[in-house]
Amino acid sequence: MVEKSVSSVIELIRTVGHHLNDGLQRLGFAARFFVMVLVYSGQSFRRLHLTIREIYFSGFQSLLIILVSGLFIGMVLGMQGYETLQRYGSSEALGVLVALSLTRELGPVVAALLFASRAGSAITAEIGLMKATEQLTAMDMMAVNPIARVVAPKFWGGVISMPLLAALFSAIGVFGGYLVGVVLIGVDEGAFWSQMQGSVDFRYDVWNGVVKSFVFGVAVSLIAVFEGYDAVPTAEGVSGSIKRTVVYSALAILALDFVLTSFMFRGL
Amino acid sequence: MPADSLVKISDINFAYDDRAILNGVTMEIPRGRLVAIMGNSGCGKTTLLRLIGGQLKPTSGTLLVDGESVPDMSHDELYAMRRRMGMLFQFGALFTDISVFDNVAYLMREHTDLPEEMIRDMVLMKLNAVGLRGAHNLMPSELSGGMARRVALARAIALDPMLIMYDEPFAGLDPISMGVIGQLIRKLNDALGATTLLVTHDVHEAMLIVDYVYFVSDGQIVAQGTPDEIRASSDPFVHQFVYGEADGPVHFHYPAAPFEQDLMRQGAYG
Repeated sequence: MVEKSVSSVIELIRTVGHHLNDGLQRLGFAARFFVMVLVYSGQSFRRLHLTIREIYFSGFQSLLIILVSGLFIGMVLGMQGYETLQRYGSSEALGVLVALSLTRELGPVVAALLFASRAGSAITAEIGLMKATEQLTAMDMMAVNPIARVVAPKFWGGVISMPLLAALFSAIGVFGGYLVGVVLIGVDEGAFWSQMQGSVDFRYDVWNGVVKSFVFGVAVSLIAVFEGYDAVPTAEGVSGSIKRTVVYSALAILALDFVLTSFMFRGL
Repeated sequence: MPADSLVKISDINFAYDDRAILNGVTMEIPRGRLVAIMGNSGCGKTTLLRLIGGQLKPTSGTLLVDGESVPDMSHDELYAMRRRMGMLFQFGALFTDISVFDNVAYLMREHTDLPEEMIRDMVLMKLNAVGLRGAHNLMPSELSGGMARRVALARAIALDPMLIMYDEPFAGLDPISMGVIGQLIRKLNDALGATTLLVTHDVHEAMLIVDYVYFVSDGQIVAQGTPDEIRASSDPFVHQFVYGEADGPVHFHYPAAPFEQDLMRQGAYG
């Protein structure tokens, strides 16, 4: 009986150690991969059309989901915000609430989550399928580096698109808040805009939001290209990689958001 | 075999972790000749191609291509060597997001500064050589298996390589496409003055076009010779392979305990 429980404890330790070892090895590989992407970025920037093409696929084609989601989130913020603020007689501050919520938090975070599900998963699927159908190997055999030719442009396409999408998300969100708060509910338009203008600081609020979305863009794009490149070259392997891209990206965005927020707004 | 060989492999060993794939393989591919490596699935044929292309490094042994040791090459040297090699992958590995024309033009655009008009003429010449000039506007998804293989062939010869390697070029093709691909492989090798290495398990198609054959089994060369020598061979492995016999030196059954023992095993039904 004792022998059995000792062996099961040893087995547990072995399993945990095995997973830890695997995880660390993968993390090390991802870090090395990131360095490789940066090293070969120069080559891909010299052929800018490759990166511009990826900005189109990752950024422009994500516009619809970003704009529609931003509009609805802004409208919900307008309703919820008015409901709370009017209890304290400060419904004119609705513009401030909507703008700060969006620029500081919801814009970068929700846009990044949507970007991870829309563009990140597509990037992983494309690279993973290229690997499964030996296209990456063929490229390598033709003396064309797949990291410079395929991975780096996709990575930078995502990094550049992310802050732009987050900015558009926030802008359309503010418009959604205006539609509900001013047009539908009847909050004073002058107060809505002037309080927003007076309270939203460009460096402190807007710029920090841009920094956040840039960091999220790096994280999501890196996870997406790495998971695609590291995919097991089978149908099941690629689907597993896509799933990991979405899950890891979401966790990374939320964890990084906490870290960044605690550095940026600690004076509050 | 003539002394002037483009590829010289001596006593090559290769293993994935602890699993040995190649054991002491020695072979030569003479310039201008078409040589086939044959063997059953998983015998190490494709590994041999990947070693020659520098995608894998041997555990031990020497591997020279055009007098240079491939395993000792730096990344840049390897890429310079690969520009002189063409490889056709088992299922073509065409880039699915670009057209047939762009697939063939890919290497010319990547590795040369040729003007677009010249690239156009060269691409059409290569596609004409494989009979698909009329399909240059199609996307890879619109091609049949045989057509895709021919486009991949045109892409492999885009820069007139010194060494062309084919990985199972006949796999999954109908008899007509097989014959077409086989004849193209022979004609292109002779017309380009290239050297060709063909990895296949399709004995009959390959025997019609090759100059020399190596048989690989369990990571070792078990027989070699010209197609006539192979047909006349009394070696049991070669005989089994050439005539497609189910049992022989290569067993039909995967190693297992005696059948009766498996059937009578207690708890076999839970």
